[in-house]
Amino acid sequence: MSAAYLSARTSSFSEFLTSAAPELLPGAAGLTVPGGLAAGLPHGTTIVAAAFNDGVVMAGDRRATAGNMISQRDIEKVFRSDEYSCIGITGVAGIGVDLVRLFQVELEHYEKLEGRALSLEGKANRLAGMVRANLGAAMQGFVVVPLLAGYDTDEGVGRIFSYDPTGGRYEEQRFHSIGSGSVFARGSLKKLYNDGMESAEAVMACMQALYDAADDDSATGGPDMTRRIYPIVATVTADGYRRLTDEETGSAAQSVIAERMSDPDGPNAALQRAPKAVE
Amino acid sequence: MPFYVSPEQAMKDKADYARKGIARGRSGVVIQYDAGILFVAPNPSRALHKISEIYDRIAFAAVGRYNEYEILRKAGVRYADMTGYQYDRQDVTARGLANWYAQTLGTIFTDSQKPFEVEIVVAEVAEALADDQIYRITFDGSVNDEHGYVAMGGQAEAIATVLKEHFTDNLSLSGAIAAAIAGLTAQANGDRMEITATQLEVAVLDRSRDHRTFRRLTGARLESLLAEATPAKGDQGKARKSAADTETGQPPPEADSSKPDKPGSK
Repeated sequence: MSAAYLSARTSSFSEFLTSAAPELLPGAAGLTVPGGLAAGLPHGTTIVAAAFNDGVVMAGDRRATAGNMISQRDIEKVFRSDEYSCIGITGVAGIGVDLVRLFQVELEHYEKLEGRALSLEGKANRLAGMVRANLGAAMQGFVVVPLLAGYDTDEGVGRIFSYDPTGGRYEEQRFHSIGSGSVFARGSLKKLYNDGMESAEAVMACMQALYDAADDDSATGGPDMTRRIYPIVATVTADGYRRLTDEETGSAAQSVIAERMSDPDGPNAALQRAPKAVE
Repeated sequence: MPFYVSPEQAMKDKADYARKGIARGRSGVVIQYDAGILFVAPNPSRALHKISEIYDRIAFAAVGRYNEYEILRKAGVRYADMTGYQYDRQDVTARGLANWYAQTLGTIFTDSQKPFEVEIVVAEVAEALADDQIYRITFDGSVNDEHGYVAMGGQAEAIATVLKEHFTDNLSLSGAIAAAIAGLTAQANGDRMEITATQLEVAVLDRSRDHRTFRRLTGARLESLLAEATPAKGDQGKARKSAADTETGQPPPEADSSKPDKPGSK
């Protein structure tokens, strides 16, 4: 092992792990497990992300499901990956959480060895490679799909990248959603999203979208007012990563719920865009 | 034609070779202060570092041959990241890393033709000053558990003597910088060396930070700290010289200037 530390030539931690200790890679055990097990394991559900005027926001519900059972009420699926990016996961939670841990080490490792952080594109490509490395396990049902959102310090904008289980990497414009409730969340975001939103507006749009996902998808959890469990919300701007406090997400969740007490389907989008004023 | 060399002689030759190589190079200083651990090394390069981050609360400083300590630095980062990934971030310790370096350097010293011409320091900042750990590891793998300050490379002993005079518990950051500069400039015996911000590589492990505590001090921040640490260059030079001439009754020049910095340095 000692020789491997000294002789490695790569600045990538996952590449080093692949050569020195492949058994530690996420999903490495998956290839030897008989199929059909995956359905009984905890799965993470819905993640939404939206770019706003000076950054990007990501939010995730707190539910993990194993089949029709809620396996955890307060799971965290949105993480800081480094100072200028965050990652959310859906799919098999066990492998997903490991993938996040590996990705976090990967970014910090590169930064320490090379003396500079990876570009946002570089981080997105690296993550694609790591998702692809899990393809064997994914083929047996252990699918993990991440969503990456970050602040591009070169261009000064928030950007969102989605993935498929083969490691396909797709840059998303404006907003995106993944996971079991993503269909509903994306429909909701589509109607609520505006270009040039402020941070607080984008946070509220994500909260509404998650509520709509929880409304129609049994695997997505809504805000749990009795236990005070609220979605995890994080923003990434020029000032770096910031996870909203429980007080902030709690008050946003409360205002969504208060509004829905009288209007259960949430805010209405205009049927037709008002004609632009002629100057 | 092969001829016999006794093991004693072989080891001595290797040690002499390594010692000479290290003494030819420049020095480095590691010193504790109230809010962390300070690393200072004369280094004109902005890109080829002698001082680096290893992990959340651990940093690495080295003198000697760049390519050799760079191999060790990278290996240390791999060791730390691997340990943290396998177990937990809090399970990565300077003690473990220092032991690993000691074994590695010891093996290289005995097994290879040419020993590494390096001397390294691994330091870990703790919640409380008394729990800070500083380890010095030499080319043959011997480890020293240091307290307060360390000088390595170049004229290490002469520098350590000056550091001893200037070091007190709970130095401020500017006080620690002043002590380090006094030590590093003292090596050219008698002649006062000018050191400017651009010739220095300076970094700290900041006790009060969460997560990654390593910070490089560069540019305007470093210049203002240097100005604070060396209030009047001429006087400071004299004070240093007289202090070096065993006039130990002289209070360290940084004692007064350090006080205003304390609240700001937190």
